[in-house]
Amino acid sequence: MFDAHDITLTVNGAEVRARVDARSNLADFLRHHLRLTGTHVGCEHGVCGACTVLVDGASARSCLMLAVQADGRRIETIEGVARDGELHPIQAALSRHHGLQCGYCTPGVVMTLIELERDRQGRVLGEDEIRAALSGNLCRCTGYQGMVDAALELWGANTE
Amino acid sequence: MTQTPDDRNPAAEPHLRWIGRNAPRVEDGVLLRGGAIFLDDIDAPDALEATFVRSPVAHGLIRAIDMSAARALPGVHGVYAFADLRAILTGDRIPLALPAGGLRFDVDPPCLAIDEVCYVGEPVVLVAATSRRIAEDAAALVVLDIEPLPAVVDPAEGLAEGAPKARLDTPDNLVAHTKVDYGDVEGAFAGAAHVIEAEFRLNKGGGHPMEPRGVLARYDAMEERLTVWNSTQMPHRAKAMLVASLGLSEHQVRVATPEVGGGFGTKAVFHPEELAIPAAAMLLRRPLKWVEDRFESFTASIGERDQIWTVAAAFEADGRLRGIRGRLRYDHGAATPYGIALPFNAATNLIGPYVLPAYRVLIDLCMTNKTPAAPTRGAGRPQGTFVMERLLDRAALDLHIARDEIRRRNMITPAQMPYTIPVKQRDGSMMVYDSGDYPECQRRALEAAGWDDFPERQAQARREGRRIGLGLANYVEATGRGPFESVGISIGPSGKVVVTSGATAQGQGVKTMLAQVVGDVLGLEPASIHVIVGDTSATAAGLGAYASRQAVTAGNAAHAAATLLVKKAREATAALLETSVDDLEIHNGVIQVKGVPGHGRSLTQIARALAGTPGFALPGNLAPGLSASNDFMTSGLSYTNGCHLAEVEVDPDTGGVKLNRYVVVHDCGRMINPMMVEGQILGGVVHGIGMTLFEWMRYDSEGQPLTVTFADYLLPTSDVVPRIEIHHLESPTPLNPLGVKGAAESGTIGAPATIVSGVEDALRDLDIRIDKLPITPAELRRLIRAARAAPPSPGSAP
Amino acid sequence: MKAPAFKYHAPRSVAEAVALMGSLDNARVLAGGQSLMPMMNLRVAAPDHLVDLGRIAELARIEADDEGLWIGAMTSQRAVERSDVVAQACPLLAEAIAHVGHQQTRNRGTVGGSLCHLDPGAELPVVASALDAELEIAGPGGLRRLKFHDFAADYLTSTLAADEILVRLRAPRQAAREGSAFLEFNRRPADFAIVSVATRLRLDGAGAIVSAAIAVGGASFKPLRLGEIEAALVGKAPDEATLAQAGEAAAATPCDGDELYPADYRQDLLGTLVRRALTRAALRAGAQTHV
Repeated sequence: MFDAHDITLTVNGAEVRARVDARSNLADFLRHHLRLTGTHVGCEHGVCGACTVLVDGASARSCLMLAVQADGRRIETIEGVARDGELHPIQAALSRHHGLQCGYCTPGVVMTLIELERDRQGRVLGEDEIRAALSGNLCRCTGYQGMVDAALELWGANTE
Repeated sequence: MTQTPDDRNPAAEPHLRWIGRNAPRVEDGVLLRGGAIFLDDIDAPDALEATFVRSPVAHGLIRAIDMSAARALPGVHGVYAFADLRAILTGDRIPLALPAGGLRFDVDPPCLAIDEVCYVGEPVVLVAATSRRIAEDAAALVVLDIEPLPAVVDPAEGLAEGAPKARLDTPDNLVAHTKVDYGDVEGAFAGAAHVIEAEFRLNKGGGHPMEPRGVLARYDAMEERLTVWNSTQMPHRAKAMLVASLGLSEHQVRVATPEVGGGFGTKAVFHPEELAIPAAAMLLRRPLKWVEDRFESFTASIGERDQIWTVAAAFEADGRLRGIRGRLRYDHGAATPYGIALPFNAATNLIGPYVLPAYRVLIDLCMTNKTPAAPTRGAGRPQGTFVMERLLDRAALDLHIARDEIRRRNMITPAQMPYTIPVKQRDGSMMVYDSGDYPECQRRALEAAGWDDFPERQAQARREGRRIGLGLANYVEATGRGPFESVGISIGPSGKVVVTSGATAQGQGVKTMLAQVVGDVLGLEPASIHVIVGDTSATAAGLGAYASRQAVTAGNAAHAAATLLVKKAREATAALLETSVDDLEIHNGVIQVKGVPGHGRSLTQIARALAGTPGFALPGNLAPGLSASNDFMTSGLSYTNGCHLAEVEVDPDTGGVKLNRYVVVHDCGRMINPMMVEGQILGGVVHGIGMTLFEWMRYDSEGQPLTVTFADYLLPTSDVVPRIEIHHLESPTPLNPLGVKGAAESGTIGAPATIVSGVEDALRDLDIRIDKLPITPAELRRLIRAARAAPPSPGSAP
Repeated sequence: MKAPAFKYHAPRSVAEAVALMGSLDNARVLAGGQSLMPMMNLRVAAPDHLVDLGRIAELARIEADDEGLWIGAMTSQRAVERSDVVAQACPLLAEAIAHVGHQQTRNRGTVGGSLCHLDPGAELPVVASALDAELEIAGPGGLRRLKFHDFAADYLTSTLAADEILVRLRAPRQAAREGSAFLEFNRRPADFAIVSVATRLRLDGAGAIVSAAIAVGGASFKPLRLGEIEAALVGKAPDEATLAQAGEAAAATPCDGDELYPADYRQDLLGTLVRRALTRAALRAGAQTHV
């Protein structure tokens, strides 16, 4: 059964129109329909966070959302983060602090940190708050410390 | 000679421009932008997608398989059971067996179950369709008629008299019986002042890379060539398995790794799907892709399992070890894809940095109806280290010696290096610790963690109603396993430096490491060097990622190859400039007359000259091409060591354990990139934290796995992991020119012993003894309740 | 694994949603999808129809009046977490909501979805129980109201009929001299609770307990109210001995257990968490006595 739905959404600022099967989740739609393969699938159970994207500015597990539910929404993915070839400050800080190794979880981590930056609204963040925010992104390589240090460099005390 | 990085005098080693520095990783840019191509990102629009129908029972006989409804589903292109693939296979089983001494018999797996299923998740039927979802719809229509057989779940029960067999095609469940045995063990116990007996049951889980396994196979019928993209740590071994199993020759098979999202051992072993997918692609005459989903990953991918230790240790009155004896029973799962590495590593790593005069451990491996066991990060060593460190802690208590002091009294000293232990290893050589300063490593760790004033802090916390404890453990790790690794370097007329290696990358920063070493010799920025790893078409021979080996083996091969390349470049330049080789030096990628900047030839110019011009001689009549290669052959294992301390906090009312602080002092010889070394240690420690407090691959009494999602199998998250402080010693190994040792697994090895030492310290007055891994809050709370209910023992504090 | 095939419906009104649920076979409501989608991706749930309530704006409102809050079933957990109105009127809910999953799942997960899913480890059903919350339910015959305890029926099962949907939750406004606390124990902070406790204590001018509510999760397939212990507290000062006694009594609550977290361990946890939560609630209620 192919339950077809026509959807219109914006992805990284560009309008996208597509016909999708109802059972296609947003992660698969982004990856295989739009070929935006930077959003990774790590579990399909909503636990690992590798597939995290922003939906109307809020982080979401794209494996737990249907593509048809994205109709009319504004989706942001890792491919839209670096602008004009320049890494976003979050991306650059992750590299400086060795906050990535295999890089599979990295796109989800970056999207989570982008939401955190918007939510903090200029507030200084402590390590516990950063660790709590990152706790929905599993990483097997880094022990998280480089990610935490990257966020602390950007938003911690003594950096304002 | 042991030194810290700060002790090193850069002026004394002016050539070390990149080695030892935190060069930015060449891998990062594309990963951060989401542009990296992992297996499932490969653009293969004509590919079909596969899924597997897997055994739903731990043990059974296949009576019938009805694939008719699945085959009839629109979009399905092929549904194959073993018999359907057999025609293009050279044999029934994948020839995985390693030449392991203690094995009584090999159990090589088939690529799909033949007539017996031996674990839940064993692949039985392959379904290929236009999409994964349709393949799964079809898989649900396959009807397996399986006659259940009794399952072997517990290795102790499986080894008992009259136990059912885990496989009908083996004589019994005892797949291996071996031992580690040296010294006068009987004498050690006969004359002992104190003997400690203990039993441990130690679980270790899987590697669980964030990217599960995956294979994409394409068979070109015209060229009769099979190309397989495989998310593997060992593409050359995968190629060898395909060549052998499909009856092809080497030139017909290419195995290449795309970006690989972590391995940790899971992707080192060749699994049945890695043959089934290429075989089906050949039958289908269509590219075929399979991406393991997380549910499959928990049942189909190898992992470690339970080790059951029954052990006794004999001590002198002053705490010095006289000997250890015992028995190790190991749950080996349903096949033997990796020999006896796991229990052997455990048994030998038990010895650690200590003088152990006599030692005998009998090792029994039991076949069980679980997914086959094979090494994941640490590879059995954390368990062996755990046993030794628990024995030392208990002896310290009984003999009223401080925990640090009993270790100090037993430690091998730098003056004893190299230190030989009369245990034969896999390659037939004796265990030899090459270098290291174990007492100094512990001393620095104690100092960094504030060991001496901890009792004061502990008492203060207790007054505040908090129970904290400080745990301590030392360990070694045999790294840089051989026999070899290969590196080639070539510079063509474009001037681009291309490095190829049989090493493989799963996040460690292997490309950066190789580019740093080569850049160091050539005087070039690492970022300017192009590195190709994990592709059998780029490197004829290679081994890949296992046993914390690639900086040792490929790093030194890169160094030797780059040195050879410079030698040739100097010879060519000498001919071009009509000068002596001795007058030339390399500086920033230019071979120039010593002290005369600008008077020379760039590597690009030399490469062009050596590319040859029709009809003209090559400079100096050298062989064509500016390239060099080296196969670095190891002459022994280099031993990394470390000391960990963890401050833990226990809530005795809930059994909850929190890590407040973690300190590592680590010695892996000379570090090529300290930032990346620390990355390995951090990830390793957190893996060890998981093994101690969170991760537990559980099965029920029927052999059904109970933890098959990340909601049930708990990985450490950022909010339960403490900040980890790392300090380094550098004892360069004499076994390789760079002096490097491996760092990839060491962090994991020390963590369980350290954390448990801390938990016991926090509960010292209750005399809690932890004999199982992982520690669950329910189990810890049970121990606390039992201790509080029991009358105080004469020796324990009030 | 990929979700099995289904037909997707996105009604624009409650009436339309009720009509769809009444006319479709094997239909499931899709709220935030944070529990249903994993079940579908594991193919343990295979509905033929999904009725997505995400396009019905009226279901996602938080409204306040003198007596309390009306929280629409499709209000995201994140909206509750960020709501000043909720923090002020119902601090128990505000405290508990931060324990629900991760921000990525709270952004999508809904109050109604969690209440209807009734996972024994979930936080919101325990809060609803402690609050004596009322639920407003829409069906073919119009709206009806139900106490939460008449709503939770069985493991992962409510008393909603197949053609009904949850519309909103009524949470009473916290009274003067009332304090509340939510506590849970789990392996990692964002996990489902092994045991959770939601408590409310109201004191009189003299500092004695006027009313108490203790709801616990993880002991059974649905939240339990510890009515006898609540009753025993009334009239007493919330001193250390009294609250410890309440904890001890709570530890006698029969619990379901499993291999990993056996019944006696859950009972043990209950005793500890009830004591700690009551202590916290008493302090927040302004208890003057040393607790």
